[in-house]
Amino acid sequence: MNTMNMPFLDLAPVTPEIIITISATVLLILELIFKNKAVLAFVAVAVAASAMYVMPSSYGQTFGGMFVSDGYSTYFKLIFMINLILTILISLKYIQRQKAEYGEYYSLLLFATTGMMLMASAKDLIILYLGLELMALSTYILAGIKRHDIKSNEAAMKYFLLGAFSSALLLYGISLIYGMTTTTDIYKIAEHLKTTEVTITLLLSMVLIVVAFSFKIAAAPFHMWAPDVYEGAPASITAFMSVGPKAAGFAVIGRVFYIAFQSIQADWTPILIGIAILTMAVGNILAIAQTNIKRMLAYSSIAHAGYMLIGIIPGTQESMSAMMVYMLIYAFMNIGAFAIVILLEKGEEISDYEGLSKSHPLVAALMLIFMFSLTGIPPTAGFIGKFNLFMAAVKAGYTWLVVIAVIFSAISAYYYLRIVMNMYMKEMKEEVAIAPSPSLGIAILITVLMIFVIGIMPSVVIG
Amino acid sequence: MQIGYPVLSTVIFLPIFGALFIFLIKRTSEAFIKWTALLISLITFILSVPLFTNFDKTTAKMQFTEMHDWVPSWGIKYALGVDGISVLFVLLSTLLTILCVTVSWKGIKEKTKEFYAALLLIEGSMIGVFASLDLFLFYIFWEAMLIPMYLLIGVWGGPNRVYAAIKFFLYTLVGSVLMLVGIIVLYINTGKTFDILQMMTMNYPYNMQIILFWAFFAAFAVKVPMWPVHTWLPDAHTEAPTAGSVILAGILIKMGAYGFLRFNMPLFPDAAKAMAPVMMILSVIAIIYGGIICLAQTDLKRLIAYSSVSHMGFVTLGIFALNTQGIQGGILQMINHGIVTGALFLCVGIIYDRTHTRQIADYGGVATVLPIYAAFFMVFTLASIGLPGTNGFIGEFLIILGGFTASKTLGVLAASGIIIGAAYMLWLYQRVFFMETNPKVQGYPDMNMREIITIVPLIILVLWIGIYPNTFLSFMDVSVQNLIDRINAVGLAQTAQQVIEVSR
Repeated sequence: MNTMNMPFLDLAPVTPEIIITISATVLLILELIFKNKAVLAFVAVAVAASAMYVMPSSYGQTFGGMFVSDGYSTYFKLIFMINLILTILISLKYIQRQKAEYGEYYSLLLFATTGMMLMASAKDLIILYLGLELMALSTYILAGIKRHDIKSNEAAMKYFLLGAFSSALLLYGISLIYGMTTTTDIYKIAEHLKTTEVTITLLLSMVLIVVAFSFKIAAAPFHMWAPDVYEGAPASITAFMSVGPKAAGFAVIGRVFYIAFQSIQADWTPILIGIAILTMAVGNILAIAQTNIKRMLAYSSIAHAGYMLIGIIPGTQESMSAMMVYMLIYAFMNIGAFAIVILLEKGEEISDYEGLSKSHPLVAALMLIFMFSLTGIPPTAGFIGKFNLFMAAVKAGYTWLVVIAVIFSAISAYYYLRIVMNMYMKEMKEEVAIAPSPSLGIAILITVLMIFVIGIMPSVVIG
Repeated sequence: MQIGYPVLSTVIFLPIFGALFIFLIKRTSEAFIKWTALLISLITFILSVPLFTNFDKTTAKMQFTEMHDWVPSWGIKYALGVDGISVLFVLLSTLLTILCVTVSWKGIKEKTKEFYAALLLIEGSMIGVFASLDLFLFYIFWEAMLIPMYLLIGVWGGPNRVYAAIKFFLYTLVGSVLMLVGIIVLYINTGKTFDILQMMTMNYPYNMQIILFWAFFAAFAVKVPMWPVHTWLPDAHTEAPTAGSVILAGILIKMGAYGFLRFNMPLFPDAAKAMAPVMMILSVIAIIYGGIICLAQTDLKRLIAYSSVSHMGFVTLGIFALNTQGIQGGILQMINHGIVTGALFLCVGIIYDRTHTRQIADYGGVATVLPIYAAFFMVFTLASIGLPGTNGFIGEFLIILGGFTASKTLGVLAASGIIIGAAYMLWLYQRVFFMETNPKVQGYPDMNMREIITIVPLIILVLWIGIYPNTFLSFMDVSVQNLIDRINAVGLAQTAQQVIEVSR
C-alpha cells in the first residue's frame, strides 16, 4: 500500500466533486451576505450546471485507484445533477412558504449531492462509506429543516436513527470483508474472493451489505422509515430524497455486487429477487390505502425501487443500462409530480385534489400526465422506462419475474388513477389556491417536456 | 393507387392534432369548439374515403403502406398499412366519430373542450390500432387510447361512472400488460424486430405458441369481451355518455376480435388451431349467457350492453370456426354490430336527452309520442335480431354456416342464441314503444333534423349490407383466404411431420 506516497495527485477525475464541495462551502459564507436567498439558489444551479459541463472530460482514476470516474458513474452523476437542479427549482418559493428558508438549505443539497457522487465513483469501500455518510448526514438535516414543525422533526429523527442503524450494518459488513480479504478495494476483494471458498462469514457480510443498501433504496422489508420520513419532510426534500439517495444506492449495488461479490452471484441473486418481489408487492399494495399524497408517492417510490431491482438482478449490460435509464425517467416524472404537490397551496391530502380540473384545468392536466407516466401508459416516458427494463429482463430469461412486475404495475394504476379521479370526476369541496412561481414553472416545463420527448422519441435515452 | 397524401398517417394524426388545437381554444367559446370538432371529424372522414374507393381487392398484401425508422436501436418502425381485414374498421371509426360529435351536441354541457378533445384523441388512436404494422406502435396506440376513454366514461358518465371507469381501466390494463410480456418474448425470438409482417412468416415452437396465444388472449378477450371476463362491459356501457357507449360498442370492442385475427391466428397458427374448440365453447357460452341475462335487464343501456356480449360471442365463434364463411361472417358481423349497436346506443341517447331516464319501466307508448323515432328504432331492432334484408342476417347466417362446418352441436347452440336475441329485443321494443303511454314520456318532441342526420347514415348501411353485402365482403375475400391458407399450411406441415414420425 504505497498509494499514500503518490508523487502528485491527479485531480481531473474528481473535478465535478471539487467544484460542488467548494461552492457548497462558499454558499455558507454567501448566505451571511445576501438577504435574498434566491441568489443562493441561482448560484447553486449554476454550480450544478458547470459540474455537469466538466463531467465528460473527467474520466479516469485517482487517489490511488480508490476513486474512479467512468461512464457508469458519470451517468449516475448526471441523474444527481438533474435531481439537484430540479429540486432547487421547486424549492425556491416553497421553502419561503414553509418558513424553512435557511441559507444552509442549498449548501446541504450540494453536500448531499457530493456524497452521492462519491458513492457512484467509489472503487473502494472506504470512499463508499464516506460518500454515504456525507449524503446521509446532509439529508437528515434537510428532512428536519422545518425546525418548528413537529412532523418534520420526527421525520428527521426517524431517518437519522434508522439511517445510523443501516450505516452500522454496512460498516459491520465491510469490516467482515476486510477481515477476510485484508483490503477494501472492490476489485481486489473480487480477485480475492474468486480464489477462496464461500464461507458463512462471507455470506453474512454479503447479507449485511444487502440489508444496508435495502434501507437506503427503501426496499421492503426495510422500507418502514420511508413513508413517515417522506410525509414529514418538506415536499421539495421528499422529491430530492426519493430520487437522489435511491439512485446512489443503486449505483453502489451495481458496483459492489457485480464486481466485489461476483463470485457468489448465485447466492445473492435469490435474495435480491425476493426483495424485488416483496418490494413491488408492499409498495403497490400499501399505496392503495394512503390518504396523504406524499405517503402515497413514498409507497410508489418503494414500488419503483422494486422494478429497478429487476434491472439489477439479471446483471447483463442491457439490464443495468435499462435500470439507469429507468432511474433517469423516474427522476423526471417523480419530481414533476412533487412539483404539482408544491404548486398547490394546500395539496398534501389526496382529497385536496377533488375538483381540481375545474378550478385549475392546466394544473390538473399536468398532474394527469405525471400520474399516467408513473403508471407506465404510453406515450409517456414511464412506459418506455418499463418497457426497456422488462425487455432486458426477459432477454436474460427472467420472464416469470417480469410477469409479476407487470401485474403489480397494473395494480399501481389504481392508486395513480385515484388522483386523476379526484381531479376530474369529483366535485370540488373548496377552491384550492395555487402558488405559482417562475422557477417552479420551469421545473414543471422541463419534466413534462422530457416525459413526452422520451415517450415519443425513446432514442434520446437508449442506445 | 397513388394518393397525394399519406392517407393513414393523415387520418391518425389529424384528429390528434385537432384535439391539441381544441385544447388551445378558449373555454367559453363552446360553439367554436363544437364546430371545430365536427369539422375535423368530417375532414378526417372525407380524407379516409380513398381507403374505400382506391382499395385493391385483388391482393392480400398490405396497402397504403408507410414505413419509417422510428427507434432504430430497438428495430422499431413507424409502419402503417391496411388489408382487407382492417380497412373497413378504419372507415367505421371515421364515420362513427362524426356521429358521436353530432349526438353529443346538446347532451354535453360540462367541460365541452375536454370532451371533444378526448373524442378526437380516441379516434386517432383507434385508427392507429387498426393500421399499425409494427407491434410496438400497435401497443402504443392500444394503450394510449385507454387514457381518453377512461376520462370519457369517468367524467361525463352516469351516476356510477367512477366505478365503471376504473373497472374498465384495470380490466383492460391487466390484459394489456400480459400481452406486453408476450410482445417482448416474441420480439426476442423473432430476431429484434417488431415487424408484424415479418413475424407472420416465422414458425414458432408449439409450446411457445400456446403460451403466447394465451398472453395475447388476455388482452384481446378482455377487450372483446369474451365470457367470463366481460363484466366490465355492462358497467362501462351503462355509465358512459352516449358518445362513449357508441365508441365502445362500435369500435373499441372490435379491437379485441381484430387482435385475434391479426395476431393470434397468423402468428400462432398451431396454437389457434389447437385452441379453437376452447374458444368456440367460450363464444357459445357468451352467446347464450349474454342473451339470457338480457331478458332480466331493467335498464335500456344495460340490456344493449349485454346484447353486445352475446353478439360478440357470434363474432368470436365465427373467427375461431377457422373457415372462410366463419371468418368472413365474423368480420362482417363486427362491422354490423358496430353499426347496429352503435345506432341503438345513439337512439337511447336521443331519448335519454329528453327523459333523463334509462329505466325500461319508465317508458311505454313511445311510438305514439315519437313516431319517427320509433320507426328508426324498429329498423335497428330488426337488424339486431338478424332479419333477412338487414345486415345482421348476412353476418349471423355466415357465422352459423361456419360454425356448423366446424361443429354441429355448437352451431345448433349458437342458432338458438338468435332466438333468445329475438325474444329480448322484441320484448324490449314492445315495452318501450307499445303498451300504454307512460306519463313520463308524454309531450316530448320527435327527432329533430340534427338527430335524423345522425341516424340516417347508419340506416343506409344497415340496408346496404343487408341487400348487397358483396360490396363489403369483397374487401376481405382475398385477405381472409390468405389467413386461412396460413393457418392450414402450417397445420398441414405439422400433420405431415406426424405422419412421417408415425411411419418411422
